[in-house]
Amino acid sequence: MSAQIYSAQSGAVDKAGERAPLLSIRGLRVGFRRAGDQFEAVRGIDLDVAKGEVVGIVGESGSGKSVGMLAALGLTSKNAVVTGSVRFNGDELVGKPAREMRKIRGARIAMIFQDPLSSLNPVMTVGAQIAEAVRLHQRVTRKQAMARAVELLHLVAIPQPERRVNQYPHEFSGGMRQRAVIAMAVANDPDLLIADEPTTALDVTVQAQILSVLRSLQERLGLGLVLITHDLGVVAGHADRVAVVYSGRVVEQAGVSELFADPRHPYTRGLIASIPNLEESRERLFSIDGSPPALGRLPGGCAFHPRCIYAEARCRAEDPPLHDIGGRFSACHFATTLPPFHSAVLATASLDNGSVAP
Amino acid sequence: MSAVTTKSHSAAVPEWLTAPLVIGTVVILFWLFMTVFANLVVQFDPLEMVARRLQPPSWAHWLGTDALGRDVLARTLHGAAHSLPIAVLVVVSAVIIGSLLGAISGFVGGLTGAAIMRLVDVTLSFPPMLLAMAVAASLGPGLGNAAIAMVLVWWPVYARLMRAQVLEVKEREHVEAAIAAGARPRRVLLTHILPLCWTPVLISATMDLGQVVLLAASLSFIGLGATPPTPEWGSMISDGAVHFYQWWIAFGPGVAILTIVLGFNFIGDGLRDILDPRSD
Repeated sequence: MSAQIYSAQSGAVDKAGERAPLLSIRGLRVGFRRAGDQFEAVRGIDLDVAKGEVVGIVGESGSGKSVGMLAALGLTSKNAVVTGSVRFNGDELVGKPAREMRKIRGARIAMIFQDPLSSLNPVMTVGAQIAEAVRLHQRVTRKQAMARAVELLHLVAIPQPERRVNQYPHEFSGGMRQRAVIAMAVANDPDLLIADEPTTALDVTVQAQILSVLRSLQERLGLGLVLITHDLGVVAGHADRVAVVYSGRVVEQAGVSELFADPRHPYTRGLIASIPNLEESRERLFSIDGSPPALGRLPGGCAFHPRCIYAEARCRAEDPPLHDIGGRFSACHFATTLPPFHSAVLATASLDNGSVAP
Repeated sequence: MSAVTTKSHSAAVPEWLTAPLVIGTVVILFWLFMTVFANLVVQFDPLEMVARRLQPPSWAHWLGTDALGRDVLARTLHGAAHSLPIAVLVVVSAVIIGSLLGAISGFVGGLTGAAIMRLVDVTLSFPPMLLAMAVAASLGPGLGNAAIAMVLVWWPVYARLMRAQVLEVKEREHVEAAIAAGARPRRVLLTHILPLCWTPVLISATMDLGQVVLLAASLSFIGLGATPPTPEWGSMISDGAVHFYQWWIAFGPGVAILTIVLGFNFIGDGLRDILDPRSD
């Protein structure tokens, strides 16, 4: 499977010369063991992120999208078993000693967490925290680090940064806190930024500001950006490429316009059809029937088949691999034969009133 | 109780400034003053026979005289210099040792953490007085040895508190963010976890100051702490217990211990109201 993806990627490489993958994840699996019980939260993620590319990872809560990226950085708890391959600039990260991982974390790969209030230390000034991030990876004096903190706050468009550096997180508003977190993340000019639901905890009006700050930084610094989210709107507006994750696997991966115009996996179709639309008035909002399977109690065959309106006998028996369907990927047996996508048509279909045959 | 006092006050008094906190602070300040300046305030030498023995309270000797004719008030006030520094020393040492071991146990976990906590369990399974007696007896009498014994008895309390606190704080997202930023474990513990763990330890330590004064007095009472003729409250009460009908001999040191324990408890309560947002 990895060879397949690589060949597909090489097409893109030819198009834009410098687009060699910055981060390359192959067959990443994360298992947890608890009291003799074992289950897998991530069951094989394949993903490439090129330099300067924005990749959206979409999936519902518990789909393994965050755990997968945390595992790539070696940030899982002690009872987690991580297998597979994560290459960063050609360097294998899985199984790398903690000492060397620390040199990469925060310096080459930075991470932004969901809740900006809880991801800042409440008893340290914002400036001190940014300065700490700088000093973790650069040999500079305290004074130089503070000067850099001011500069970074300015970079993320926080007004009066000289005054703000000496304030504590509780004196910042939610949006400003997330900007401070972003400032910390880019303090060491990383190559890759992983943003784990960066706007979920924020006010809708602030979300757009934060995303535009992220995007402008990404463009200015040429970062690779992984945007983990469950908001398809965020992905549609900001990502170059999208990976859709369902119960621990990438089920579809495509360029953002391709994905929204013609989703080739029933789960993606369901997700897109459930976006509320102001133009078409519907009596009821579409929702995917059923609920995601509990970890460790996956159905046989394709994990999505109990909720899939296209499911056939084959889906119950065989878990489809991620097929290459012309520069994009889908883990559905009927990836190429699914009918054309109309969200309105899909909205009227459900498991009860009869499936739409592929 | 805080609500009642604040309502009765005018709006100028801050809400955290409660009557118990003020009373406790005044009492403790009084005893701290005596610790340092008893020589200047008290007119009688606590070790000299200044009057006839076993005199009841009078204008000359407010709390009477003891079996050797020493002034009980003078001895009581001088006693602070023996009890308070010991209490502070014991609590500070116990906090340092206990917090350190507790923090390591909570942060590192695994076999090291379990070993530390089993040691804590074993120590706490003895009645504190009994363990302190055993240790003090094996080290020999004297306030210094009593202090060592009390530290050995007291550190596990802080180890448990600290461990629980570290276990809670280390799951917070800013700790994960610090690790994701590439911080070393030691740095994570020292700058991102410990500064958020002090509140319960500080409150508990304040209250324990009173308890340690009481324990020190208890050890002296049974002859394992201060040696005569030191004006130590425990040994003074022990003298008073022999002369049962001369109540004033034990009265002075008894009131001293009572007020100190109450004072520290009041301050501890007040601190909790100020520092711990969860308590009402």
